[in-house]
Amino acid sequence: MKFAFTDEQRMLRDTSQAFLSAESGSPAVRAASTSVQTYDRELWQKICEDMYWQGILAPESCDGLGLGWVEMAVVLEAAGERLLTAPLFATAQSTAALMLCPQTDMRDALLSAIVGGDIISVAMSDQRDGWSSCGVTATDKSNTTLLSGSSRFVPYGSSASKLLVVAVDASGSQSIWVVDTAQEGVAIEHTPTMDQTRAMATVSLENVAVSVDQLLANDAANIVDQTLALSRILVVADQVGIAQASLDISVEYTKERSQFDRTIASFQAIKHKAADMMLKVESARSLLYYAACVADAWFAGEADDVALQEAAYMASACASEAAFFNAGSGIQMHGGVGITEEYDIQLYFKRARATESFLGRPAEMREALACQLLDGGAP
Amino acid sequence: MKLSFTAADEQFREEVADWLNDSLQGEFAKVRYRGGPGDEHHFVDERKAWERRLAEGRWTCIGWPEAWGGRAASIEQQVIFHEEYARAGGPGRMGHIGDTLTGPTLLAFGSEAQKAKYLPPIRNGEAFWSQGYSEPGAGSDLAAIRTRAVFDEPTRQWQITGQKVWTSLAHESDYVFVLARIDRDSQRHHGLGFFLVPLDQPGVTIRPITQLTGTAEFNEVYFDDAVCDADDIVGAPGDGWKVAMGLLGFERGVSTLGQQMLFQTELDEIIRIAKENGAARDPDIRQRIAEAHIGLRTMRYNSMRMLSGGEDGSLSREAMIYKLYWSSWHRNLGKLAMDVLGPEAELIEQGPYELNKLQSLFLFTRADTIYGGTNQIQRNLIAERALGMPKEPRGPAK
Repeated sequence: MKFAFTDEQRMLRDTSQAFLSAESGSPAVRAASTSVQTYDRELWQKICEDMYWQGILAPESCDGLGLGWVEMAVVLEAAGERLLTAPLFATAQSTAALMLCPQTDMRDALLSAIVGGDIISVAMSDQRDGWSSCGVTATDKSNTTLLSGSSRFVPYGSSASKLLVVAVDASGSQSIWVVDTAQEGVAIEHTPTMDQTRAMATVSLENVAVSVDQLLANDAANIVDQTLALSRILVVADQVGIAQASLDISVEYTKERSQFDRTIASFQAIKHKAADMMLKVESARSLLYYAACVADAWFAGEADDVALQEAAYMASACASEAAFFNAGSGIQMHGGVGITEEYDIQLYFKRARATESFLGRPAEMREALACQLLDGGAP
Repeated sequence: MKLSFTAADEQFREEVADWLNDSLQGEFAKVRYRGGPGDEHHFVDERKAWERRLAEGRWTCIGWPEAWGGRAASIEQQVIFHEEYARAGGPGRMGHIGDTLTGPTLLAFGSEAQKAKYLPPIRNGEAFWSQGYSEPGAGSDLAAIRTRAVFDEPTRQWQITGQKVWTSLAHESDYVFVLARIDRDSQRHHGLGFFLVPLDQPGVTIRPITQLTGTAEFNEVYFDDAVCDADDIVGAPGDGWKVAMGLLGFERGVSTLGQQMLFQTELDEIIRIAKENGAARDPDIRQRIAEAHIGLRTMRYNSMRMLSGGEDGSLSREAMIYKLYWSSWHRNLGKLAMDVLGPEAELIEQGPYELNKLQSLFLFTRADTIYGGTNQIQRNLIAERALGMPKEPRGPAK
């Protein structure tokens, strides 16, 4: 048993942190998040060319690195720590979704495109009734199928060249389609958000005609569920980074700030809050890397769907709360300056809030777990 | 990063499980699942006999070197042993302190004569130990101890006077190790000695402390010119603090997974009751059961990280949060048990005050966040040692 990073994983963590510390400092994050493009294209290009993070999960046959979920988590954790404002989650999510779809030349071409730097986003839910609620209908019309409806909170949707659209037909069966964002009937609207470091869009489809060579998966309910679980694990990695950075910058601040002739870090009221923050982030980190190991095992056929869902529910509930608790406590530890625009803790606070409700709140995760534990089944 | 054990370790697991299942039969069937925290006063003689049975099978002190009768078991194997021990319902270990505290201390700091005298009886399940650290005036502030040890030249013996408290199972033990002040004028952690003291002697009086559960597992131990031999001081006179603190470094967390196995049994019981009495339909209870499940699994992966950590024995971040985490979790579990039971939780089923398992759990877990370093002390340690925040100011409040 070795529940610790390998040398390669440690090296990946160190290089990721070093790269982002140089490229994604506070001024860079602020500039990127308020730019028209909503992210720094040059930085994203650098990531794609020099770091190759967009290719971590994709198989080598599709030009990817064919690494695992632990490696993906390592990099996303570093990204959360530095508030990376770039479509890294979006591309990891679509890579995961594609890897779940049956293997075809078209699917592999899409994976290669992501590795080549294309942004492809997943459009899966209209949020009418939670994250499993699909808002796009698929209606067969002679030789084509017409997609209509909307999907919300599509990450980096307004920068995407293609979308992976989940649709539902009259019988309730789900399917996944690839839709070019330039296709007729597709409208994508960037939706400004409180957290400006993760761009979101609403996708509206009006009788978008798709042909069978755009179909990625039929009877896709399981794939959609598994995509959700895997996506949650990706978000958890970001949240662990948020929780860690919130702790670090806040402790650093309390070591500098003096009141009553002492640094405020010397007061128990502050120390105990910091200790609780460390407990939260280390716990979330343990569940993150457990979930990443389960994801690897699941792809290898060594873990079942229930284990994958359970791991995602647990990690998501824990990391969402850790990120929010740490960022919120961080503001309190900063005192007055914590609520100013100038200090970074507010940026973490906003990203923590945004990721907390993205793909399901902690209470929803716990209820889903309770169904597994008490009702003997999925929610 | 891997979450599975090696094939060799799994084979070891099988060996442990088979032995335990074969051995916890007959006269030992009744001690299964007994004698754990909150139940330590039960089946003491049977559990001592069980220690000798373990010793016959070479299952005491498995982490010790082979030269002293151990197995030099790896961390993984020790984890597996504890896990299987808990799974099989092995009783609370009477030999626990000798095995995990006295032994490693003597192996690290003891003389050859001390090792030869004290290690074999521990290894063979024949001598039982308790620990004498805390005093009425030295709880969280251990360095404030006042128990005195004076060397008496004519008899060539140390004479010990003072009082220790919270000494588990002292009345069932043969020895106590005592941290005492040898230099009257010394302050704090200077001038201390670490002594090995037999309990069966005129100078020692043991008084049980009745707890809120009505039972008594802890004791006060009074020393009134109690004696031990000149050779029964570990390390040099004055090095007591170093020896005592060395003990803490031996806790590598090998028993954590076994502890969690017991916690799982408790949580399973609460879930069973919740399903049966309808509490499982209550949205608040559902949230809290899920939270308890998450917490227990978090502990497991925290432990696995801790156990996979550096071989140098230094405490990692996840090791530093472990006590704070499990004690808070367990205390919450006790409250959850009461809330699942509702008003029924109040009813005493037997005797004047014989509590059932969940009532004991609820009341006794209030101790979890206090003994072995209170949650407040744990938070200080985390803040100071892991986060590098300044130390607490010492001395009287102004």
